[in-house]
Amino acid sequence: MRGLLALAAVVLLAPLALANNYHYEIAILVGLNAIVCVGLNLLIGYAGQVSLGHAGFFGIGAYGSAILAARYGWPPLASLAAATAAAALLAWVVGRPILRLRGHYLAMATLGLGIIISIVITTEDRYTGGPDGMSVPPLALAGFALSGERAWYWLVGALLVATVWLSLNLIDSPVGRALRALHGSEVAAEVAGIDSARHKLLAFVLSAAIAGLAGALTAHYAGFITPGKATFLHSIELVVMVVFGGMASTFGAVVGAAVLTALPQLLTVFKEYEMVVFGGVMMLTMIFMPTGLVPTLAMLARRRR
Amino acid sequence: MNLRTWFAAALLAATAAVQAQAPIRIGSFLSVTGPAAFLGDPEQKTLELYVERINAAGGVLGRKLELIAYDSGGDAEKARTFAKRLIEQDRVDVIVGGSTTGETMAVVPLVEAAGMPFISLAGAVVIVEPVKKWVFKTPHTDRMACDKIFVDMKARGFSKAALISGSGGFDKSMRAQCLGVAKNHGIAIDADETYGAGDTDMTAQLTKIRNAPGVQAVLNAGFGQGPAIVTKNYKQLGIAQPLYQSHGVASKQFIQLAGDAAEGVRLPAAALLVAETLPDSDPQKKVVVDYKRAYEARFKQDVSTFGGHAYDGLMLAVEAMKKAGSADKARVRDALEQIRGYMGTAGVVNMSAQDHMGLDLTAFRMLEVRKGDWALVQ
Amino acid sequence: MSGELAQFLLSGLTVGSIYALVALGFAIIYNASHVINFAQGEFVMIGGMATVSLLGAGLPLALAAALAVALAALIGLALARFAVQPARGASVVTLIIITIGAAILLRGLAALVWDKRIHALPAFSGDAPIAVAGATLAPQSLWVIGVTALIVCALWAFFNRTLNGKAILAVSHNRLAAQLMGISVRRVLLVSFALSAALGALAGILVAPITFTSWDVGVMLGLKGFAAAILGGMGSGPGAVLGGLVLGLLESLGAGYLSSAYKDAIAFIVMLAVLMLMPGGLLGARAAERV
Repeated sequence: MRGLLALAAVVLLAPLALANNYHYEIAILVGLNAIVCVGLNLLIGYAGQVSLGHAGFFGIGAYGSAILAARYGWPPLASLAAATAAAALLAWVVGRPILRLRGHYLAMATLGLGIIISIVITTEDRYTGGPDGMSVPPLALAGFALSGERAWYWLVGALLVATVWLSLNLIDSPVGRALRALHGSEVAAEVAGIDSARHKLLAFVLSAAIAGLAGALTAHYAGFITPGKATFLHSIELVVMVVFGGMASTFGAVVGAAVLTALPQLLTVFKEYEMVVFGGVMMLTMIFMPTGLVPTLAMLARRRR
Repeated sequence: MNLRTWFAAALLAATAAVQAQAPIRIGSFLSVTGPAAFLGDPEQKTLELYVERINAAGGVLGRKLELIAYDSGGDAEKARTFAKRLIEQDRVDVIVGGSTTGETMAVVPLVEAAGMPFISLAGAVVIVEPVKKWVFKTPHTDRMACDKIFVDMKARGFSKAALISGSGGFDKSMRAQCLGVAKNHGIAIDADETYGAGDTDMTAQLTKIRNAPGVQAVLNAGFGQGPAIVTKNYKQLGIAQPLYQSHGVASKQFIQLAGDAAEGVRLPAAALLVAETLPDSDPQKKVVVDYKRAYEARFKQDVSTFGGHAYDGLMLAVEAMKKAGSADKARVRDALEQIRGYMGTAGVVNMSAQDHMGLDLTAFRMLEVRKGDWALVQ
Repeated sequence: MSGELAQFLLSGLTVGSIYALVALGFAIIYNASHVINFAQGEFVMIGGMATVSLLGAGLPLALAAALAVALAALIGLALARFAVQPARGASVVTLIIITIGAAILLRGLAALVWDKRIHALPAFSGDAPIAVAGATLAPQSLWVIGVTALIVCALWAFFNRTLNGKAILAVSHNRLAAQLMGISVRRVLLVSFALSAALGALAGILVAPITFTSWDVGVMLGLKGFAAAILGGMGSGPGAVLGGLVLGLLESLGAGYLSSAYKDAIAFIVMLAVLMLMPGGLLGARAAERV
């Protein structure tokens, strides 16, 4: 819980360093990505499964909520909840048969699923506005429209702390212990009476729901969405954030999201070299610290002591 | 006057002087990488080239121009973040950018709220219809391209056409516009096929079109490699009806890619592509020939109309600043709206409160590929 | 209407051959190392782009193509030696991310070294369409289909007749046993990456006259090839070829008879269905472990 308090303190004190709305924007994007990554980390770090299609769930949340609110006049809070539930339901439908298999079939299935979702979003322009995107009404709470970077910062910050709290609790619960046992040895866990398929499915569905929620929030915050955030490339970005920060480390996921969201903003100085630098950093990190940033640093700190 | 007010006044004068000498900041976000790189790349090159040239010639209003350009990679969310950065952090005076409609539309709410003059380089008609106070654009709209093509079809006595389009934003928007205005020209669209972004073979779709009865002409709305593949497959299948392409492929590259198959293909485009062959009496000739030569000499690449949109955007901004006599945002915006008779690479620009693009159908020329080059259709 | 069907089948076979070559690349590397190499599509791009630029430098087509294949093989070798090998023993996710990082790096380099424009290669033997059973075929399609068939035969011989090939097969069956028999697993890894890269590059050169090539052409081809590899059964060579051809035909028939709007989705819908219903693929290991 010390980590949670530290995170809350960072969220509370960060505005002192945020000079303008652009800084707030980056902070909000970091927060939204971090929420997705904390969820994804439950799957990758604890259930030992990879999803290469989480941007699809993000997209379902974003477009689901946007379409229900903009085209069917749902109150944004209801559309938000419905879209999140839709992402979770889809994950359940796909995950149930796939997660009965041992091995990395989920990675392949989610890759396909993510791309299908992104093609549907691009093609069904009557509802989604197609590749040019659509406008999204602002989030309204009890008649008050939530607008402005500052208000959103506090909302996203609070949600991030809540998500991390949820994640830490889950990991410490019997379910979390079961998941960790799975990651160690699935067979051993089975022998100990753990229903591994059910636990993996739970982690997958939960992570998809969290991605859907973050997607819906992103749509209402930005006021405009395009299919770009539902593409395969964004799925990869999300996985990279988790793995870069450190698998099986909730705070690693937060740090990974923060670094990789802010990095492209810093990389603009590299101009045409940006892709080369990004790809290179990705490879070098994975080669030289395969457990990720936070666990590697923690290990170094322990060793020095 | 005591010492203190003296000091304050001196400070104020000093800052004012510094401000007068500070460069005018031109902000930009473009798809320099990503699927729309063929738009953003020449656009960025053009902006860099002309900011340099303007500065070499003494700048604008006695101040240098400073270009701050970011690569959005065609991602609308990145575009929005960069626009916020340009507005809040870099404090630019005007934004000239937005290679695609998606990027542009994602940024519109920001510039409207911030009161930032924004000249978009993207095509779709939704950008300026309805009119948005702070948003202008330089390229022709997709609806104008449809109109121009259908007028030409009608003149050749066609009344039944087929449509094949890609799945990108440009393609879809143009497809919708063409379907919408076809009736006004008495053209029936009898077949309507699409292909994906990375598609490598369109013979299946074209076979369906070939087998649709009575089709007299085919229109392909799209950009990138798709239309070149369509053109090649079209020839391979031996379809005899005339093929029309959109202004999305208005660069020499299209002819190079499609090769012989491009012979006889028609498309609407700005005069830039046929700069040298324009009659000397054409008022647009000087502008387009100058831009073409400058661009090709510097980058050793064929000029495209996309770079021309960036040229027009920058020049309109400069023109407005000169007219307004300052880089003040509100005054630049008002001046932009009052630009009349400005000659750009896309055509004559007549802005007004109702029209934030200012181009009409005469800005488009109907071109045909003959002997591996563009030729004007008279 | 039989002409229409013939047209769809011919188009499908051409595109399917390319998917098959890319899928073979995935299968070979997966067999040798259980790495899913997401940079496979980039080798397709390197093949096409390198040939275009060498051709531009005045080399004859055959030489340019050979050099491009060699260049891709070298890059494949470097990827295996400097990126995959040092990370041996890391988790599957880590290896996947390394290859994705490599893909982004290679794409970025291609945009820098060459350019971001789309390029065409001249067709190897002209553009005059050939009439077949009421349909027309570009001569280049014959090249694509013919060379793919040749390669499949050559690969079969390689895996069944040469020591290197047999070593790769042995490692794929049982890594430890192979090692105990004195097979260098390191070398197998290097050979498999070089071979896959060369295959991808060859595919890129063959299709460039039909579909053009550019710095980002590898993304979609790589993903489709991956779907084909799964359809055939991950790690199965014949499965990869079959998967590629089936996928090409499904796409072409789907676009022709159903909806062209969802043509790109077909590959992934099939892939998802295969994983959910028969995870071993068409020709893969029959018994995927159920738990």
